[in-house]
Amino acid sequence: MTDAYVVGVDMIKFGRFPEKTVPQIGSEAILMALDDCGLTIHDMQALYCGNLGQASGMVGQRILHEIGQTGIAVVNVANACATGATAFREAWTAVKAGLYDCVLAVGVEQMGKGLLGGAGGGSGISKEGLLGSGTMPAVFAEAGMEHANKYGTTFEQFAKVSVKNHHHSTMNPKAMYQIETPLETVMNSEMISYPNTKLMCSVNVDGSAAAVICSEKKTKELGLMNRAIKVRASILTSDPWQERDLVMPDVNSCTRKAAKEAYEMAGLGAEDIDLVELHDCFATAEILHYDNLGLCEDGGAGRLIDDGDVALGGRIPVNVSGGLLSKGHPLGATGIANIYEVSTHLRGEAGGRQVEGARIGLTHVIGLGSACGIHILEKVS
Amino acid sequence: MSDQPLPVVDYMKIPDDGDPYLEGHKCGKCDAIYLGERSICSKCGVRDQMGTTKLSTQGNLYSYAIVHRSFPGIEVPYISAVVDLDDGATLKGNLINVDPDPEKIEFGMPIEVIFADALGRKDSDGNSYLSYFFQPRS
Repeated sequence: MTDAYVVGVDMIKFGRFPEKTVPQIGSEAILMALDDCGLTIHDMQALYCGNLGQASGMVGQRILHEIGQTGIAVVNVANACATGATAFREAWTAVKAGLYDCVLAVGVEQMGKGLLGGAGGGSGISKEGLLGSGTMPAVFAEAGMEHANKYGTTFEQFAKVSVKNHHHSTMNPKAMYQIETPLETVMNSEMISYPNTKLMCSVNVDGSAAAVICSEKKTKELGLMNRAIKVRASILTSDPWQERDLVMPDVNSCTRKAAKEAYEMAGLGAEDIDLVELHDCFATAEILHYDNLGLCEDGGAGRLIDDGDVALGGRIPVNVSGGLLSKGHPLGATGIANIYEVSTHLRGEAGGRQVEGARIGLTHVIGLGSACGIHILEKVS
Repeated sequence: MSDQPLPVVDYMKIPDDGDPYLEGHKCGKCDAIYLGERSICSKCGVRDQMGTTKLSTQGNLYSYAIVHRSFPGIEVPYISAVVDLDDGATLKGNLINVDPDPEKIEFGMPIEVIFADALGRKDSDGNSYLSYFFQPRS
């Protein structure tokens, strides 16, 4: 099987664009990714489009109606917050299989403000606030407090994740926010669901990101190998059975399974990874994934954030983009935006937030319900 | 409209002559316990070996969140709790009769399941509901 390479990749600056349509927002990132590698829509053999909010709305085709109706195959995918990673993986799969040698993946989302989730539905009465909470901040608070129960992780340690990621975003012009949030500010901001304060919840934004993926032969033919990013591993998992599944959506076991399989596919270990973009939809979630991705021994996550190992300049920088907490989380776009971030570092083009000497990076997303997508990327030359 | 309160979830049973209880469905092959009726076990995949079991009302606190912001009309703060029951099932619900303060909540604290009116909530037909809650076991 051929190797697959990201030859062009980009994202728009995340923000709020109520005046635009979803296809318009998606088109922007595609044009930027095409410009990144000097190709056009006429060079693309298929489009894999990830979007959640209009999952039945043929967003991929509507994008082509904006930028070029070339008649290529379009696949629209939805997989909760793993939607973008799933679209990327479908594109990768097609290239690996030899079906195509040059394809596009795009993730796009337009979001409202406010709480996501909520218990109940169905007939009868609302169960929210009666049988606990199904709001996302509460669900991820419970996931974090499970870690606190097992390992003694503290509110302050969870809050430090948000301090770190907001600090990182001050160096990322494409992040929604570029503001420092000191520890006291994070801990004293409005409590949403203890231990997640408002500044420990990801930002609902509009955004898009896109990637052009080519086979090895095509990458060489096009003369694009010098900036190409090799996909060393692409893994997608669902949640294996766990005893508390029915009441606690499980983001841990699907991540552990995906990480194990991704390291095996890449022939690498966690110690070989130079930077990580992981799914910090809430500050509590980031802590869990230090353990889940093997960045430390189980239970070592609190110490990792305390010691600064996961900050820019540390042993294994995590979410130098600002993460979902400050860069923003346009659900369907997130899984390709983090591929853009890692690729930019591997190319040495990340400016003030550059992870020095980065050669191999890992991206991770979770779709609650659950799906986990992990990609391991490498700059070859 | 029913003149008796209705069960808040389909796995709550309210017998005519006896106390309400929660019903689990237990796999006859691997003992996995589910809330709500089903015929296939998603742990081991076996078909048609589910039996009903009356869930324990005793358990221990496994995890929680203290909810300060919810949807409009939902009274806050409250404790959203995950409780491991003694028989191996896990339930989620409101933990009551404890201050919504992390200092007052201990992992592993003994919990009992109680049944009470669903905070006055009624459906569009005016039916009232019986819910379950967690409270500390004394």
